[in-house]
Amino acid sequence: MNAARSVAIAVFKESVRDRIFYNLVLFAVLLVGASILMGQLTAGQDVKIIKDLGLTATSVFGLFISIFVGINLVSKEVERRSVYPLFAKPIRRSEFIIGKYAGLLLTLMVNVVVMTVALYTVLFFLSRGVSPNVQRAWDAPPIDPALLKAIGLIYVDLALVTAVAVLFSTYSSPMLSAVFTFGLYVVGQFNEDLRRLDQIVGGPAAGIVGKACYYLLPDFARFDIKLAVVHGIPVSAGYMLWTTAYAAAYVAALLLGACVIFSRRDFK
Amino acid sequence: MTPAIRTRELTKDFPVGFWRPRPYRALDRLSIEVAPGDVFGFLGPNGAGKTTTLKLLMQLVFPTSGDAEILGRPVGDVGIRRRIGYLPENPYFYDHLTAEELLGYYARLFRMAPVERRQRVTAVLDRLGIGAERRLQLRKFSKGMLQRVGLAQALLNEPEVIVLDEPMSGLDPLGRRDVRALILELRDQGRTVFFSSHILSDAEALCSQVAILAKGRLAAAGRLSDLQEFAVHGWELVVSGVPPHVLDRVRSRVRSVTAITGDRYAIDLPADARPEQWLAELAAAGATLVALNPIRETLEDLFVRRVSEMGDGGRPATATRVPRRGPGPGSAA
Repeated sequence: MNAARSVAIAVFKESVRDRIFYNLVLFAVLLVGASILMGQLTAGQDVKIIKDLGLTATSVFGLFISIFVGINLVSKEVERRSVYPLFAKPIRRSEFIIGKYAGLLLTLMVNVVVMTVALYTVLFFLSRGVSPNVQRAWDAPPIDPALLKAIGLIYVDLALVTAVAVLFSTYSSPMLSAVFTFGLYVVGQFNEDLRRLDQIVGGPAAGIVGKACYYLLPDFARFDIKLAVVHGIPVSAGYMLWTTAYAAAYVAALLLGACVIFSRRDFK
Repeated sequence: MTPAIRTRELTKDFPVGFWRPRPYRALDRLSIEVAPGDVFGFLGPNGAGKTTTLKLLMQLVFPTSGDAEILGRPVGDVGIRRRIGYLPENPYFYDHLTAEELLGYYARLFRMAPVERRQRVTAVLDRLGIGAERRLQLRKFSKGMLQRVGLAQALLNEPEVIVLDEPMSGLDPLGRRDVRALILELRDQGRTVFFSSHILSDAEALCSQVAILAKGRLAAAGRLSDLQEFAVHGWELVVSGVPPHVLDRVRSRVRSVTAITGDRYAIDLPADARPEQWLAELAAAGATLVALNPIRETLEDLFVRRVSEMGDGGRPATATRVPRRGPGPGSAA
């Protein structure tokens, strides 16, 4: 795994040099700008909106990084033939895949952590001067630790999207990989509807196809607990654990598939 | 002695076509052996299957049938890559990295300790003449400099076997001279160098053994001296001041007489001619000797002939095995 670690560090360094983290500036501008505008609204509403906006932006910005960096992780190296000298070194192709994936997870981790700090900072300044009595009337406290649950599942969601992107990246062009990954992500948002496809469309065939897709495709909607957290609805530790394990199983299967495909691939 | 490189009936088919792919045979039953310490030239025109063979050795592509070994271990063994170096054709590296960072990255894959890593990176960059540019991003490197980076990364782990795909490609005459010197230096260190090239003069200058590949098949292999058939095929006699009537008499008895410049002529004598008799006869007629050169088949001639002998169909008309001269190992199988 030493080789995988070297690849992961290289991916992270490349992300830094490719100015991936510039999106953090945009994130900060978005949050600060929104908080100034929200100042006109009723106290409490602005905090909710900022929380919602912060969590959504963390998810969307991360999603862009996951898809657009993820789809290039492997295919770019194959296309540019930089894998040729690399695979003459003592590194297994599976280690390369795991390293690439881990490198992008590290990039996403840094991104999400900085965004979290920025969100809490803005929330701190927004809530300053509001008396504790008023704050108690709100759905959730402004500096709410529960936000970390939502952020945690956003990260798990991004880890799963990245694994999908890496899988497609092992055998498809970046353009097609982007389409497939984004398509799967969108379908995964409506996974619950697939289970009830026979009730929506009608007919037993639709039911079978819907159920097959439901069980096969990852349910991306289950990672989205933003609304619950913003409105102070509790999210159990059991749900967090189960959802994380669910994602971990998919990630493992996707990476295994990516490793198998990539290990058998000819570089013409 | 275990061969440095051995292939047995190595074959590779690539699918061609989208809807109904048909197999295209890029390499057909290649069997060669390269002895340790040899400089082995792998020659052939574009599309002959040279790069495919090298990719098979590096497991960048997988064989349809047959197998290959390096230093007695199957090429699929990741561990064996600690002992080999590889320069791909027209190499591409991460252009956002500096030469030093790139080699540092590769050195980590060999699990070199930090101190050793720095020393090796510095040593190979200096050896390849790009030490001063070590902190320059690779995007700013010329093609020739990138080729040197490619050679540097191939030598990073002090490999026993070095596989080079068109190592002279993209280099100016000075660069080519340097690479030739490097290959000879590696040979003197006891390392095995296996390189592909379509530049025949490089092979002539460097190789103890060659294999010629055409249309995916081995056309010829063996020691260069055997292949070149060092026997004299004729003589080129360059003279000046030959009287015209003597020249007319000579014309009927030789293969050709070519005017070079002024009163200087090149006379092409057959292999069985006795040049000293011709020299005496011409000198007696008042001619002056300018040069006398034996005519041998060059590698280029051999290359063209063997490739044309391959034809479209089966095996080459001439034997693919050339008898070894002397007891040295590493002839073609």
